[in-house]
Amino acid sequence: MSWEAVIGLEVHVQLATRSKIFSGASTAFGAEPNSQACAVDLGLPGVLPVVNGEAVRMAVKFGLAIGAEIAPFSVFDRKNYFYPDLPKGYQISQFAHPIVGRGELAVAMPDGSEKIVGITRAHLEEDAGKSVHDAYAGMTGIDLNRAGTPLLEVVSEPDIRTPEEAAAYFRQMHTLVRYLGICDGNLAEGSMRCDANVSVRERGAAEFGVRTEIKNINSFRFVERAIAYEIERQIDVLESGGRIVRETRLYDHERDETRSMRTKEESDDYRYFPDPDLLPVHIDQALLEAVREELPELPAARRHRYVETLGLSAYDAGWLTQEPETAAYFEAVVAAGGDAKLSANWVMGELSAALNRDERAITDSPVTPDQLAGLIARLQDDTLSSRTAKTLFEGLWAGEGEVDEIIEARGLKQVSDTGELKAIVERVVADNPGQVEQFRAGKDKVLGFFVGQVMKATQGKANPKQVNELLQEALKP
Amino acid sequence: MQPFTPLAELARGLRDREFSSRELTRSFLDRIRDHSATLNCFITVDEDRALAQADAADQRLAEGSATALTGIPIAHKDVFCTAGQRTTCGSRMLANFQAPYDATAVARLDAAGAVTLGKTNMDEFAMGSSNENSHFGPVANPWDPARVPGGSSGGSAAAVAAGLTPLATGTDTGGSIRQPAAFCGVTGIKPTYGRVSRYGMVAFASSLDQGGVFAASAAEAAVALAVMSGFDPLDSTSADQVDPWLNGLGDSHLAAPAEAPVIGLPRQYFEGLQDGGAALEDARRTLEEAGCRFVDVDLPHTDAAIPAYYIIAGAEASTNLSRYDGVRFGHRCENPRSLEDLYRRSRTEGFGAEVKRRILTGTYALSVGYFDAYYLKAQKLRRLIQNDFLAAFGSVDLILAPTTPGTAFPQGDLTDDPVAMYQQDIFTTPASLAGLPAMSVPCGFADGLPLGLQLIGPHFGERAVLETAALYQQHTDWHTRHPEAYA
Repeated sequence: MSWEAVIGLEVHVQLATRSKIFSGASTAFGAEPNSQACAVDLGLPGVLPVVNGEAVRMAVKFGLAIGAEIAPFSVFDRKNYFYPDLPKGYQISQFAHPIVGRGELAVAMPDGSEKIVGITRAHLEEDAGKSVHDAYAGMTGIDLNRAGTPLLEVVSEPDIRTPEEAAAYFRQMHTLVRYLGICDGNLAEGSMRCDANVSVRERGAAEFGVRTEIKNINSFRFVERAIAYEIERQIDVLESGGRIVRETRLYDHERDETRSMRTKEESDDYRYFPDPDLLPVHIDQALLEAVREELPELPAARRHRYVETLGLSAYDAGWLTQEPETAAYFEAVVAAGGDAKLSANWVMGELSAALNRDERAITDSPVTPDQLAGLIARLQDDTLSSRTAKTLFEGLWAGEGEVDEIIEARGLKQVSDTGELKAIVERVVADNPGQVEQFRAGKDKVLGFFVGQVMKATQGKANPKQVNELLQEALKP
Repeated sequence: MQPFTPLAELARGLRDREFSSRELTRSFLDRIRDHSATLNCFITVDEDRALAQADAADQRLAEGSATALTGIPIAHKDVFCTAGQRTTCGSRMLANFQAPYDATAVARLDAAGAVTLGKTNMDEFAMGSSNENSHFGPVANPWDPARVPGGSSGGSAAAVAAGLTPLATGTDTGGSIRQPAAFCGVTGIKPTYGRVSRYGMVAFASSLDQGGVFAASAAEAAVALAVMSGFDPLDSTSADQVDPWLNGLGDSHLAAPAEAPVIGLPRQYFEGLQDGGAALEDARRTLEEAGCRFVDVDLPHTDAAIPAYYIIAGAEASTNLSRYDGVRFGHRCENPRSLEDLYRRSRTEGFGAEVKRRILTGTYALSVGYFDAYYLKAQKLRRLIQNDFLAAFGSVDLILAPTTPGTAFPQGDLTDDPVAMYQQDIFTTPASLAGLPAMSVPCGFADGLPLGLQLIGPHFGERAVLETAALYQQHTDWHTRHPEAYA
């Protein structure tokens, strides 16, 4: 039987506000436990939440970026449950009336194609605190620094069909929120987490199968692996005559498997109702227009522009636009005169490799866009060969100076003087009579040997095209 | 120093240096001490703190930077957080809780130079109509110590009635200022929802809770209300609305209303009346003679107020009180065996019976399968009740009604019958559900016990309510009567 997976993702985006969603406490990561929890975050008696306007604005920005309808009035609800790291005994969230309605995301797939994934809704909510289970023997510590951190929960339609698409969707979401500047995108610090709803069905079936929810996945790779595992598991269960139980599962990346956490049958009644401490959030036309003005060029539009006006491949366009900083760098190289395709090759190749090797951010690159554009210009005017260009790049990376200074200092200029080259070529031909014999006997491959010899003699600085021409001339019988 | 000296006299005496705030404060602290055993009005009295505030007030008075309240003693219902002092809410759960912040209303009164005598007794978490639900014991009614003072702000009402403080704050969720004011023969106002910040007021039912004040007269209540009220960025439901009249009151006497108001008499409020019909009739005549005109109005959904109120208030309370879980503050059981055990025993031990009843009913009303039939339906009724008032205020400026069905009842009479107890709030819950300003003023006696009349105004219509109450008090002296034992 042929199976098809149906996947929907819920992505929790931690909004990059300076203070919390309902209090003035700082949201900075990594502080001493409970040093960033004020009376509101602690849920002390009598204190009240006041919504952070910046969080609302960021949610609106996200909504506009996915082409969604922004609710003129959205409502904060209380989601009631007891847990030690939930100080008030309820989480303030949006249930019946979320701020962002239906929209869609154009996802760049690794093969350069694009997939449109529907977004059902996005709503604002506060994060809970953190339970620390390993610090005190027999006891659990509670750190409420994270309590009240603003989250935007983005719920996708079940439009995703493969683990690869799921990872690409998560990555695209990451790209989008970083473009919008509403999230720092730091997965290691939990700034983005996702829950995956996964079911399988016979290919072509109209109905969805029973789904499971994999909770709290925090890396692109794990999304793909967790879902891949879960699909396999579900198919195995169904093919061996079992049935899927609706449940919450956890992904254990060390064992690369998902495990049952709790079944939905025993799930809580959250007793949602509108939080009487907060008024409905009103978004007026003026705010919508103001936020719309702030929208940057979005990843999909930029991707399309790179293909259509810069002539890049869809793959390159996708690669370059993934991080706004990379795209900005690339565009600076092009703006400084760099040929678009060569600029793309150098950013994706040499520069990216060097950045990875030295673990540097592109915004912290020792080679500036202007220098890289200068390097490309010297390649194009035949001053450099691709080999000497790499040497130049190393010089630039090491901070040895500007492009032409390094070419001069390191003697990287291609030998294009015909007289000088001709003399070298003639000497090489004279020194290797055996190979000359072979070439003349029709063994064309030997030409490579001669090119190599000439290059060696010029320390790689000879213009390969000229070398070829001169050798052909000199080797003529 | 004479108890029951009018506020304006006290303010003048302080300004003219006839006596100091320290002397005035000392005299009230002494009265509180003398009567604490019989009345049990106070949960906390902090003499050092009060005297320190009095000294600061004396300095302000000497410097000439005093306000109408500088140096005037006041008591706060123990639902208002006061930094550095315990705020118990009448509960074992918070018996040792100290807030690191002041309620906004308290902070504003402090800033005006008022002197906090202490924190008054109340029904636990403001849930009750008799002040019998306090972890710190019941409060006695100064007119008859065998009777209840009303609730939940019973301590504040009794303290003002017994002359233990000239002013006391209270909160009113379904009648918790007006009903004890009526039972104790004092003036009490619950302003429009949103008028006084709820920040630092321990929440019972967030959409209904509203801070207010008890005093000897409408004029005196207005002076305190002017200081307490106003927009507060820390409370999202606080009204961002300036009232120049209220803010400009200072210690000036309330003028009579510029135009005598048209007052509505809602038929539904007079049908279930046990005591006080004659007193209300007298009040009507007095106001008519003073120029007011009376018309009948219809508030057809009045009957729905009690069930709607107890569902909505319970629902909100059930989640507002979830934070008392023994984890971070408040009562925590000894040696919890598990998380479940910690929750269960901390809450079982920390809350009294009435609080548990409301948490259970409220939880029920919000549960899947019951939400529509209870919570949603109650909200619809609330809307109908609001619409009743809006329609009535289309033709009248104010509504006059009894505050309570009868006079103060004997302690213990209704403790075994929660529904009968809830019925005490029949005339006060409608204005709460509609968020309207309403006050109770003394209007006579039945069998030696005070009676109250209620004036209800449109949203932000405190001026009409207070001025009409002042007009009534210019023509009557019920508000100047004091229980003999305390005169």
